[in-house]
Amino acid sequence: MKALSKKRRHPLAAVALLLFGLLITGSLYTAAGNIQEAKAAETSTASQSDIEEGGKLFVANCATCHGKNAEGTNDGPSLIGVGAAAVDFQVGTGRMPMQMQGPQAQVKPVQFDDEQISQLAAYVASLGAGPAIPDEQYLDTSEGDAAHGGTVFRVNCAMCHNAAAAGGALTRGKFAPTLTGVEEKHIYEAMATGPQNMPVFNDSNITPTEKRDVITFLKTIEANGSAGGAALGSLGPVAEGLFIWTAGLGIVIAFTIWLTSRPS
Amino acid sequence: MGDHSHGSPEDSGTVAKADDVAQDRFPDPGLPPHRPRLADRDPRAAKRHERQVALLFTISIIGTLFFFVAYFVLGQLGDMSFAELRVQNAALGLGTAFAMLGIGIGIVHWAKTLMPDHELVEERHEIRPEADRKDAQEIIDTVLDESGIKRRPLIRNTLIGAIALAPIPAIFMFRDLDRTGNTASEMIDSLRHTMWDTGVRLTRDPSGTPIKAADVQIGSAFHVIPEGLNEAEQPLNEKAKAVVLLMRMDPKEMNVSPGREDWNVDGIVAYSKICTHVGCPIALYEQHTHHLLCPCHQSTFDLANECKVVFGPAGHALPQLPIEVDAEGYLVAKSDFHEPVGPSYWERG
Amino acid sequence: MAANTTEYTAATKTGRIADFVDSRVGGSAMVKEFGRKIFPDHWSFMFGEVALYTFVLLLLSGTFLTFFFDPSMAHVTYNGSYVPLKGVGMSTAMASTLDISFDVRGGLFMRQVHHWSALLFVASVSVHMLRVFFTGAFRRPRELNWIVGGVLLILGLAAGFTGYSLPDDLLSGNGLRIIDGVMKALPIAGTYLSMFFFGGEFPGEHVIPRLYSLHIMIVPAMILLMVAIHLFMVVVHKHTQYPGPGRTNNNVVGFPVGPVYAAKAGGFFFIVFGIIALISGLFQINPVWNYGPYDPSPVSAGTQPDWYIGFVDGALRLMPGVLGNFSFEWVIPFPWGDNTLILNVLLPALVPAGALFAVMFAWPWIERWVTKDNREHHLLDRPRNAPFRTAVGVAGVVFYSVMWAAASSDLIATHFHVSLNDVTYWLRTLFFLGPVVAFFLTRRICLSLQRKDREIVLHGREAGIIEMSPEGGFSEKHEQVDVYRRYVLTNFNDRQYIPAEPDAAGHISRKEKRRAKISKFFFEDRVAPVTPSELEAAHAAHGHHEVEGDKKSESLES
Repeated sequence: MKALSKKRRHPLAAVALLLFGLLITGSLYTAAGNIQEAKAAETSTASQSDIEEGGKLFVANCATCHGKNAEGTNDGPSLIGVGAAAVDFQVGTGRMPMQMQGPQAQVKPVQFDDEQISQLAAYVASLGAGPAIPDEQYLDTSEGDAAHGGTVFRVNCAMCHNAAAAGGALTRGKFAPTLTGVEEKHIYEAMATGPQNMPVFNDSNITPTEKRDVITFLKTIEANGSAGGAALGSLGPVAEGLFIWTAGLGIVIAFTIWLTSRPS
Repeated sequence: MGDHSHGSPEDSGTVAKADDVAQDRFPDPGLPPHRPRLADRDPRAAKRHERQVALLFTISIIGTLFFFVAYFVLGQLGDMSFAELRVQNAALGLGTAFAMLGIGIGIVHWAKTLMPDHELVEERHEIRPEADRKDAQEIIDTVLDESGIKRRPLIRNTLIGAIALAPIPAIFMFRDLDRTGNTASEMIDSLRHTMWDTGVRLTRDPSGTPIKAADVQIGSAFHVIPEGLNEAEQPLNEKAKAVVLLMRMDPKEMNVSPGREDWNVDGIVAYSKICTHVGCPIALYEQHTHHLLCPCHQSTFDLANECKVVFGPAGHALPQLPIEVDAEGYLVAKSDFHEPVGPSYWERG
Repeated sequence: MAANTTEYTAATKTGRIADFVDSRVGGSAMVKEFGRKIFPDHWSFMFGEVALYTFVLLLLSGTFLTFFFDPSMAHVTYNGSYVPLKGVGMSTAMASTLDISFDVRGGLFMRQVHHWSALLFVASVSVHMLRVFFTGAFRRPRELNWIVGGVLLILGLAAGFTGYSLPDDLLSGNGLRIIDGVMKALPIAGTYLSMFFFGGEFPGEHVIPRLYSLHIMIVPAMILLMVAIHLFMVVVHKHTQYPGPGRTNNNVVGFPVGPVYAAKAGGFFFIVFGIIALISGLFQINPVWNYGPYDPSPVSAGTQPDWYIGFVDGALRLMPGVLGNFSFEWVIPFPWGDNTLILNVLLPALVPAGALFAVMFAWPWIERWVTKDNREHHLLDRPRNAPFRTAVGVAGVVFYSVMWAAASSDLIATHFHVSLNDVTYWLRTLFFLGPVVAFFLTRRICLSLQRKDREIVLHGREAGIIEMSPEGGFSEKHEQVDVYRRYVLTNFNDRQYIPAEPDAAGHISRKEKRRAKISKFFFEDRVAPVTPSELEAAHAAHGHHEVEGDKKSESLES
């Protein structure tokens, strides 16, 4: 004990400690990075043939805007490193391929079947590591905590998507869509990849479990519906004001006219 | 029903009336002849109306009974699903609506069809008859004269002074509405400081876990509170000033003004989340346009240009929080904000 | 009349009770005064009643809510039956609001009755004031009652806003945050006002109980007082009536209070109650559980105040904060240091609302000054017969509506798939152009309607029957209007341009010249009512092709 405490006071101890600290931090970082890479590798169980098929689909349907090797052009961003999740979200919700350039990609009927989507996703994932299609366990809303999800949702999502997930406006024609009726998988993928102008919420910002909580919250309020009757689009006071000025006053005026008219 | 007449007998003539203007006018033909209703001519129609009114009152009774059904049968305290709650709420509403509309429509229908519908004419009276006005004037003069208020200006002036001063304490009574006990300068000063200080870690809102620089990838947005906020004495007050939005963009796309070169960490920047307009949280970050939008009044700030105002009613840029990385790789504040956060105020300068 | 006989027997039964009361408190005079008082009947006269009845509903439902609501900002962890908020920290006020909604049977219904009534209350007060304005019912002797009505509108806004904030949810909390920002923008005293209002820094833990005191005590008490004064003056003045045969400035034609008017007005209370109950049962309002508890960090897209505060919020949105390099936040260098004048908040928050209310309150006197018409008016104007006033009113409504629309600019953008920024640019343009266009357009429409009235009086209505003359020409048969209709169409107050007149000393003051200018602007274009001699001339000429009336009115205009 004594020897150790003596050594601690050694002038070089501080330097050694610093080096030690740096070493630990550095190796932890590497480890973390490795783990992430490993994860990406783990989930890309796609076969080589899938990737090849996906490549053909890509050249036929996506290369015009995203470039032959997905390197990006003036009309579309590079897809290297966006990951399988981004493809699954964009193509799986019908946003891609885009019909025309506009402020943002619109939801359309899905253009490809599930197999084609997974082939495309496998191809894009093979170009560079990125967020993978989420594991089933993170989409299971029976496991999630709706109350915590609600808190995370209000801080991170409600400002664009509205507290009741009804959607809202962004600048210059862009908008945050409603989240009602969106598949669990797609909600997760949107958070992980940040499609269009949505920020990315990576796993260190909102952990996979928290993402599941958010999904649970959204599915809970969707299943709940509104407690007090028709929700009027969950748009808040504007819809309520419009309602009282049209329907409310309309009924009142109809009654006043009946009340002051003479019967036959 | 033609028993009306022009001009009231007590009309003093001092007040011109609106209808004695032009001479070349069509004469007033008087009230149109009264048209009897069905119920006036036909006793069977009257009887039918009577039954209708009674039916409406009966509907009201049923509505009230329905309310009780909704309250006691459909309502289970505590363990109700949303769907059950919605049904109960609708049933309570419909029960009340039928109860009330039954009575209301019934009474009005009764009044319309069975009560006499002859329009009656009532003459208007002068609001202030001439004689009264004169009497009142005299009384006021006498009262003023007897009080001597005109003859004794000393009394009058001191009274005015006293009455003018008397309510002022009531205004000062409200000084302690401010419960902090701060002096005026302390109040102003409190707006200049937040919980941020050298070395205070940036942590996630609401969990309070610290953030590593490596966790913040390009295009992401973190909602940030200072470390220890949840344990603060007044967490909401501190939060209302200290919330920060942390984003990362490509350093090549950022325009950094002199003096702020070392306020970001490799493109990771932190800006106050409180709008400089009237204080809503600006949390709408568009990762490709680098615009921050306030959902309340649509002020738009450009992250690439140090959050300068590009649209909307805000008057100045969002304050930037200077940040750096501590030895463990966590993001920390270099200092407090260099200017007051949130809406402007007179003393802001 | 079956009803009369039953009424009569009932009267004798109640007669003894009435006599008992009368001999002790002396109600005979009251009954004599009010029992058969005449009220004119018109649907547009009912909005004041709607306002009164919704206020009664607000008192009833509000009292119920006070039994369960706890206006404390103390921090609690919610543990009620709404699952998505279980275990979330919030203020007691918010928790008790959730308890009212989910753990008090019928509590949600009462909350919705209260909130829908509040929205309808302010809406009906507004429509009532519009009716009074457009028909000229504010003229002498009713100017003071117009003021009382305006005060009631402001009190209604105050009651609404203080109540809106009470649940301490995210939506209303951000509303308070905006109030804090607007208060701080006031020069010199603003910062202190905000500190006093919130009991320290925003949000503090004092503001909800303070708003509660205001909301349940002083504001409703003042509304009650004003309602009492308002109704007292209505009784003193008696009700106005629309012009028509048999209706003069000196009489009131209508139904007596007992029984017809009392039955209709009383029945109407139950109808309003029923409408509110129906809406509250079927339509959700202010779902605070969706918004979550107030926290200064989150915010929801589509954050708006209730509709009646919307116009101020919209004005705040329309104002540009920075134009090019010029910021409306003006830093003034004083010897003791720099002070900031926050014009980008002050101008939109105070000027449009201030101007609107100032013109509204002053209008009876403005109109009296310009028209030199200080007579008592108990007969209303049909809006078309006062083109200047109708045009000013519509311009005001458009001015208000542009700001109102701006408060929902984000929802307009998402629902009509247009750019949010473009909506703002358009509304900024309309803010200035809208009222001007509305003024001239409305006046044109009023004058055209008046001309149409002339046409109808002179040549009758188009009957839709085509006649062939013996010569083979076709013409449409015109039906002459009856004498009653003709009286309605011709009997109106024909206001004319009054040139500047010298005062007693023979001098024309500058003020008088200004008045003459406004008078010219208002009354230069006018359509005169048809006179009997004109009608005679038209009949003598006997042609539907003659447009003598038109010619005359055109010449009057130029």
